[in-house]
Amino acid sequence: MSGMPKWADVVLVPLVSLLLAGIISILVFVAVGQNPWEALQQMVEGAFGSSNNIGYTLFYATNFTFTGLAVAVAFHGALFNIGGEGQALLGGLGVAVACLVIPWPHWSLALVAAVAMSAAFGALWVSVPAYLQARRGSHIVITTIMFNGMASGLLIYMLNNVLRPEGAMQVASDVFPQATHIPSLNDIAQAFGSNAFGTSPANITLFLAIAACVGVWALIWRTRLGYEIRAFGKSQPAARYAGIDATRITMIALLISGGLAGMMAVNNTLGANTPQLVDNAAGGAGFIGIAVALMGRNHPVGIALAALLFGALFQGGSELASDTNVPVQIVIVIQALVVMFTGALDNMVRKPLEGLFAQVRRGARSEA
Amino acid sequence: MDFYTFVTLADATIRNAMPLLLACLAGLFSERAGIFDIGLEGKMLAAAFLAAAVAFVTGSAWIGLLAGIGISVFLSLIHGLASITFRGNQLISGVAINFLAAGLTVVVAEGWFAQGGRTPSLSGAARFEGIDLPGALGTVREKIQASPLMQIYSEFISGHSILVYIGLLTVPLTWWVLFRTRFGLRLRAVGENPASVDTAGVSVVRMRYSAVIIAGVLCGIAGAYLSTAVQANFTKDMTANRGFIALAALIFAKWRPWQALGACLLFGLFFAIDTRFQNIQVGAVWIIAALLVAAAGLIHYGLRREIVDKLVMGGLAAVFAVLALLVWGNAAGAEGAGLFGGLTETIKIPSQLIQSLPYVLVVVVLAGFVGKAIPPRAGGQPYVKER
Repeated sequence: MSGMPKWADVVLVPLVSLLLAGIISILVFVAVGQNPWEALQQMVEGAFGSSNNIGYTLFYATNFTFTGLAVAVAFHGALFNIGGEGQALLGGLGVAVACLVIPWPHWSLALVAAVAMSAAFGALWVSVPAYLQARRGSHIVITTIMFNGMASGLLIYMLNNVLRPEGAMQVASDVFPQATHIPSLNDIAQAFGSNAFGTSPANITLFLAIAACVGVWALIWRTRLGYEIRAFGKSQPAARYAGIDATRITMIALLISGGLAGMMAVNNTLGANTPQLVDNAAGGAGFIGIAVALMGRNHPVGIALAALLFGALFQGGSELASDTNVPVQIVIVIQALVVMFTGALDNMVRKPLEGLFAQVRRGARSEA
Repeated sequence: MDFYTFVTLADATIRNAMPLLLACLAGLFSERAGIFDIGLEGKMLAAAFLAAAVAFVTGSAWIGLLAGIGISVFLSLIHGLASITFRGNQLISGVAINFLAAGLTVVVAEGWFAQGGRTPSLSGAARFEGIDLPGALGTVREKIQASPLMQIYSEFISGHSILVYIGLLTVPLTWWVLFRTRFGLRLRAVGENPASVDTAGVSVVRMRYSAVIIAGVLCGIAGAYLSTAVQANFTKDMTANRGFIALAALIFAKWRPWQALGACLLFGLFFAIDTRFQNIQVGAVWIIAALLVAAAGLIHYGLRREIVDKLVMGGLAAVFAVLALLVWGNAAGAEGAGLFGGLTETIKIPSQLIQSLPYVLVVVVLAGFVGKAIPPRAGGQPYVKER
């Protein structure tokens, strides 16, 4: 149907979108009086320049992989879960409850509990919007936006009134017990006598994120449920006619999505250098997941690569912010441009490319 | 609560409702024409920044307002380009605009003024000051001693910035444009059934662009109001989710202008109550009763339906029941209360709950149990002309 070969659709369109976003970002740099070339160098240096920086890049990439997968699973069912941020906040609450209530003897048990609780809390937080979408036709985008607002209120209340240790100044939970601290990548590297990831918080949750990529790939393309989700996403009337239960698919796709978004919290709550639940723990990662999913074309491999790119952007942007007068919000600008070009202005990028390929093909035919 | 407190509360309600109202009416124009707009927040934020920045540089609040409207309309045109011309996903475009504004305002503010992402303080003509209507009393002391009517006049009616009065006028104006002019009829038709409008020889594209531009103008005024009237500078993320609450008000009002005024006043009242009273106490027994009634209602609804209804409604009911128990436990734990004495105790309503009320109300309305909200039929769908 598409006038383009598959590689162009999968690689070229995102790259052209990224290029357009890059050009506008350059204009922004120039406008605020920053040399774009120097800024780029500083960002690359900040993201990959030292073992420490690489560790931070991977740490952020882990967050974005989870939230990107969360958005993608819902997208396959033609559902736009914009509530990843709220679900990740609730996931953090789940991790805090799991780690603070039960005195785990070993970190591996704590990790299992944290993963289970974060996924459960994330899924529970999306269950009401999912139900309302499936049974009452309430628009999932609006309801999940509203649940984001409620989630931040709930988290602030819980931190202030329930989780904050008595007399503590910081609005945060207690630091989780020593026994629950999961190994950082540097701990593993040190076992081999290396110091590959410095003091960065990159931790074994990274492997969990990779496993989640494989899991989502298998689910979407290798199971009956995944087939049903994709069929439902392509055409709801056709899916219904084929006997696919719309309520069931909507609920399951969104619950998986919410669970994945919630699991992000394992990385940045339990996996942080100081494992505790803080205010605004998700830090916008839920929203970056939208850019990651769009950029990665809803495929786990693409999502992992896009998450790495955004991890590098995030870390590079933080370093840039500490060295120059360009604030870290430049990352949000780039993220917005990527969402705009790969998501909303997709046709603007795609149509001329399709025309180009059609022309090339016609040229080749007339020569033959 | 004495009468003057009541009047000041009403006054604060108006002030808090105004940006919501303008953004809500912006959304109303856009969505009535079939273009979803979740970028209200971003447009307001961008306008707030540029209005404050330009007002500071030029020393004129009016030029600032124009600049704010300009940037807001520019973002609207991007939204139009994505959703009308290139038939892209309107929701994703809105998300992108929100981020673009959140990021760019801080980056540009820092590059321009180097004050940590804020703009310098405005004073004098660079700011929309409150207008004292003739005969209005100035000081609080005078107002408290005045007659109730005079209190209402001096505190509630007088003393707002010109933008508040303009904002209030936009409600009847919106109603008149939408329901009493040919333009309004076509605009509504484009949101319900664009093909019929096209058949009648009216350009769907032009109608939709007009709608998003009007939305841009209204969001621009809302943003400028925040940074040059309510406050005297721009600060990072100063819209604080007002765009989303305006969206909530729009749905609450079921896409109608007068009801939008009502919804925005209600949500403005929540804001006013939240800032005015730090400590709201309600009898524990009432909270427990309300939670249990809600739980019973959910069970009643869920039981007669399918398994998914039973699960979700049962789960929600369980959550409410647990909350009721927690409230009771908390009250009973108070000094010398005891298990049943606890019921007579009062409980402080958390400020976060009051701030979340607009979100909760919208979910309840969207759920359709209390007056179903039905959006314009062609909302969110790009129009493809038949060939």
